[in-house]
Amino acid sequence: MFGYVIHRLLVMIPTLLAISAITFLIMQLPPGDFLSTHIAELQSQGESVDMAKIEFLRQQYGLDRSAVEQYFHWILGMLQGDFGYSFEFQLPVTKVVGDKLWLTVIVSVATILFTWIVSFPIAIYSATHQYSWADHGLTLLGFLGLATPNFLLALVLLYFANVVFGTSIGGLMDDRFLDAPWSWEKFRSILEHLWVPTLVIGASGTAGMIRRLRANLLDELQKQYYVTARAKGMPPFRALVKYPLRMSLNPFISDIGGILPSIISGAAVVSIVMNLPTTGPMLLRALQAQDTYLAGSFLMFLAVLTVIGVFLSDLALAALDPRIRLQGGTSR
Amino acid sequence: MTAQQPLDHFVSKAPFNPATDEKLTPEQERYYMASQWQMVWRKLRRHHLAVVSGVILLLLYLSIFVTEFIAPYALTTRHTDHLFAPPQTIHFVHEGEFVGPFVYGYTYRLNMDNLKREYTPDLRQVNKLRFFCEGDSYRFWGLVEMNFHFVCPARNTEFFWLGTDRLGRDMFSRIMYGTRISLTVGLIGITISFVLGIVVGGLAGYYGGWTDAIVQRSIECIRSFPELPLWMALSAALPVDWSPIVIYFGITIILGLLDWTGLARSVRSKLLALREEDFCTAAVLMGAKPSRVIFRHLMPSFTSHLIASATLSIPGMILGETALSFLGLGLRPPITSWGVLLNEAQNINVVALYPWLMLPVLPVIVTVLAFNFLGDGLRDAADPYK
Repeated sequence: MFGYVIHRLLVMIPTLLAISAITFLIMQLPPGDFLSTHIAELQSQGESVDMAKIEFLRQQYGLDRSAVEQYFHWILGMLQGDFGYSFEFQLPVTKVVGDKLWLTVIVSVATILFTWIVSFPIAIYSATHQYSWADHGLTLLGFLGLATPNFLLALVLLYFANVVFGTSIGGLMDDRFLDAPWSWEKFRSILEHLWVPTLVIGASGTAGMIRRLRANLLDELQKQYYVTARAKGMPPFRALVKYPLRMSLNPFISDIGGILPSIISGAAVVSIVMNLPTTGPMLLRALQAQDTYLAGSFLMFLAVLTVIGVFLSDLALAALDPRIRLQGGTSR
Repeated sequence: MTAQQPLDHFVSKAPFNPATDEKLTPEQERYYMASQWQMVWRKLRRHHLAVVSGVILLLLYLSIFVTEFIAPYALTTRHTDHLFAPPQTIHFVHEGEFVGPFVYGYTYRLNMDNLKREYTPDLRQVNKLRFFCEGDSYRFWGLVEMNFHFVCPARNTEFFWLGTDRLGRDMFSRIMYGTRISLTVGLIGITISFVLGIVVGGLAGYYGGWTDAIVQRSIECIRSFPELPLWMALSAALPVDWSPIVIYFGITIILGLLDWTGLARSVRSKLLALREEDFCTAAVLMGAKPSRVIFRHLMPSFTSHLIASATLSIPGMILGETALSFLGLGLRPPITSWGVLLNEAQNINVVALYPWLMLPVLPVIVTVLAFNFLGDGLRDAADPYK
């Protein structure tokens, strides 16, 4: 197990390096940089531009150096906890990102928990009552959940909350906590608001999970060991929980690696629609304003979050299933 | 299938040739001699939901060719005295008398409390719809000047089946025009990702070893990016001064460039399994080049799987484009897709007053569902020998 963990950790290093290179490349793609956009904006407003100041800023931020140099500067800074400087907010990136990253983590974790808690009983019920009307209904619901893009679901929910209850369900906490430091009250307020985004972001993942767990369980239920257990007079519930359920739990954990990127990307758009103070809206603004370091750091954070999530789910899977650790991480 | 016919000469000493002696009925012949594709089709046909979805998609795609004819108005026709007009219901019976399809006219009032534009149906105005009639002129397929439409309002009145937007443009016409863009985005994108996926996955699966390792790692890297933020970053990188049509191709290429990983993986795993088969070894021993082995001998055995997985990944692209355009990072007017239309529904306060702005959600959901069902059916039918 220890060797497996080390192996997975070592594999993560080149992955993260490649991710940072891609991120940086994307950030360099647009012609010009933040300063040239800024100058154009000022000039279009008829304001005079102090070229000396611009030149000073350009040197300050290292924008006059070559892209390769900038990349190494950026990545070395990141290793020391310096994520660069947000041009738009005139603040270090770490300050701007701050809480937002934690909120993203909270929303993602809540969504995964929601996915588990909801899909688990539904899938078991569907599999044990195959082709009953409830199974058909749940399957249809699952397909709808799978097909509805989550930002549209958010929009529809917002609309109905607005029309039916006359309130807005956007936001992730009461307004008074927005800039308040972390406290128990703030945490409670977040918990109260969390269910709507969780539901919206988790819908499609849950639907997919239900379908996979159901299919797996159905496969296991036809195997001989289960038939034998039943034939020997084991009560149905015990027979179900003891063996087939454990077997079908495997993808439950390995799938986290697969749905985590979709949860995080879903969360980004949903939070823009629902005005959540997570990374999504800020990423959008940073991209629009060509705030290179801020946008790059966001993209990097999200990717790192995904990589770590996949890593954790791989570890959990290895703990659950001995076959995987024996293959030494080259599992296919 | 059917019971075997007893042979009338089973003690005969003559050489036995099953091909001539065991006569198959024409039905049996059709069944046993069916090609792989015929069997796929036969299996698919039993999956009713997939067939219905396929028909819906076919109709939607066919409508692309005659969008101008189906839409009652042109894409940009503005009706300045009908801003935010609500959808009109099509009636058939007026005061107990059958008149054929018609709509009631509007009476308009501006609510001074919340500045909402309020339209109520005017039950005295019976506006009979005309069919195969002349309306806004358009260039059919960009070639012929025409003004022929499937349905038009009665003269000097308007017909807004799904209401109008803030500039008084007909939502139904705009959704029809949006269909053209939204559906083709998926097709072009999938073509790119198909080519990339087959080539890269094929190389990795056929050669294995280092090539495989490198491809696997890069796929892992690309997949560990959350899809939408990456799409957002790339489309934000498209220069602002590009024309909308170039942006359109840029977006489709972005969607395709990041989507091939799933396809490449399935091609690879199929190839890894298939290259061990005897017929493949035989081809290699006879001196076939790798490209010939891959494309001539290995490909046909999993083309149906490829088509199934491509069908399942088109909705992802359509949704991606919708999300990007919805956020204002994707396509730009005057190019109109469902996402561009939904962009107007971003402000929840406007939507609360004029809910029909959210209607483009429906075609998105229908299309995505249909692609999912069809893809599911295709995947089940892909291996008809099971």
